[in-house]
Amino acid sequence: MGTLLALEGAVAQGLLYAIMTLGVYITYKLLDFADLTVDGSFALGGCVSAILITVGLDPFTSLLLATLAGMASGVVTGFFNTVFKIPPILAGILTMLALYSVNLRVMLGKANVPLGQQDTIFTIIQEWIPIQTDLLVILIGLVTVVLVIAFMYWFFGTEVGSAIRATGNNSDMIRALGVNTSWMKIIALLFSNGLVALSGALIAQYQQNASVSNGTGTIVVGLASVIIGEVIFGSRFNFIYKLMSVVVGSLIYRIVVALVLQVGLDTQDLKLFTAVFVALALAVPVFKQRIQRLSNRTGKIKEQPPGDNGGQGGAAQ
Amino acid sequence: MIQLNNIYKTFHKGTVNEKKALNGLNLQMNKGDFVTVIGGNGAGKSTMLNVIAGVYYVESGSVILDDKNITKKPDYKRAKYLGRVFQDPMKGTAADLSIEENLALAYRRGKTRSLRWGIHKSEREQYRERLKLLGLGLEDRLKTKVGLLSGGQRQALTLLMATLQKPKLLLLDEHTAALDPKTAAKVLHITEQIIEQDQLTALMITHNMKDALRMGNRLVMMHDGRIIFDVQGEEKKRLTVQDLLEKFQIASGDELANDRMLLG
Repeated sequence: MGTLLALEGAVAQGLLYAIMTLGVYITYKLLDFADLTVDGSFALGGCVSAILITVGLDPFTSLLLATLAGMASGVVTGFFNTVFKIPPILAGILTMLALYSVNLRVMLGKANVPLGQQDTIFTIIQEWIPIQTDLLVILIGLVTVVLVIAFMYWFFGTEVGSAIRATGNNSDMIRALGVNTSWMKIIALLFSNGLVALSGALIAQYQQNASVSNGTGTIVVGLASVIIGEVIFGSRFNFIYKLMSVVVGSLIYRIVVALVLQVGLDTQDLKLFTAVFVALALAVPVFKQRIQRLSNRTGKIKEQPPGDNGGQGGAAQ
Repeated sequence: MIQLNNIYKTFHKGTVNEKKALNGLNLQMNKGDFVTVIGGNGAGKSTMLNVIAGVYYVESGSVILDDKNITKKPDYKRAKYLGRVFQDPMKGTAADLSIEENLALAYRRGKTRSLRWGIHKSEREQYRERLKLLGLGLEDRLKTKVGLLSGGQRQALTLLMATLQKPKLLLLDEHTAALDPKTAAKVLHITEQIIEQDQLTALMITHNMKDALRMGNRLVMMHDGRIIFDVQGEEKKRLTVQDLLEKFQIASGDELANDRMLLG
């Protein structure tokens, strides 16, 4: 029974975290930009939302403002990268570092802001739809995720969205076609970190607590979810499936974490576990190739599916 | 229509690797000119193209396009006037995007990109028509990822993309050098066809002297960052590979003589 409850909570969290994962997908997969801002902007979302709720602002509006704050942090990283020409990872680290201080400032110097006494969007909605909390969170998470996916599907199909995807794919080419790639990067970072901060705000309201250290390791969890989704679904499907696979990746990650905690893993070892888990998940494609090569050597000639390696080397004929 | 005036460009200035790539380069092209460019390694051919495209900024000199000084315009702004095909077939197309998505991106070259849908239905028919001209069967594979195409197919597609919006100047940077001879011939044939059909002004770098002689109405030879030989019209038609080799010899011999003079 305890396991079942834990799983329910894992699904609820997985859906809220999936919003962050979709944000990470934008930068990591579409823009080819490993954006470490995420650790800071996730915490920022929680901090902004929590502090605004404690000063009496409506929890829904606090989500909006948290999202805007996250967007701003994405723009800062974009500025570092495109104007100062700082490499992506370092640009993200700088913003992340700065955000640690910013988050403490936002929370008026406190490292923790509990929301036990305040209304959150979940307690407010529960008054309208009186069902059990985790079910309600799953419902809200599901609706939000569907809305985010719909938005992303539309946006990345537009002229600007296509140009962003092309920027991540081949920036020389898209510049030759008249696109200012700096703007494309900034727009992508803006949306990505907006989603990450929204996710952070929702998690803070769900856990009824915001903390400046809440964001540590977020990018790793995000990448883990993206990779898990890819390993399970493969990369052959169209955009909407890819976005769904990212969500499933996030769910699976949370379920695995819930299970290992049930089995008896100490909470303090969780980050170590996550790092090992992600390292293994990242190694899966390499292992796959190695096994394939071995079986080739033993005489079984198997055609490698084209395009699995991102297409760069996959020229057919 | 395009003018390069007294252009200087040095790479790695102030280091041991300092390399004067362009050394007082002057070139003027008229509308409708199809100029082929030859020259040895390090002669500055690619640098010249990149200076026109705005990938590199120059130290001195000016780039004038249709009486407008574009010397300081960034590459993505100049893209409005220029079509480019790169030497590397991977460079001109986005591998993870489909053929039609690549074409749609090229169709919007020089236009403001909005939040309208990336491809309109009416465009597809047009793309299919243009792809048919290539004779590669790509018109039935609009949804195929470009990464699945061969180098030759990708290069032909890039050519189509560069000319989908008629450019004021088409820049071809040894665009068949990475292809096998048969495919290269095919892509060159398509190049001629498109340039003729759309009456484009074009600048083509090539390593192949025969191609340089056979194609275009004008030929320039580069050496040490400037143009040392410029021939057009009837005179160009009479030129042979042997003539070119001799010119080449004289150019490098000249250089040798100069060095001797310095040492002596």
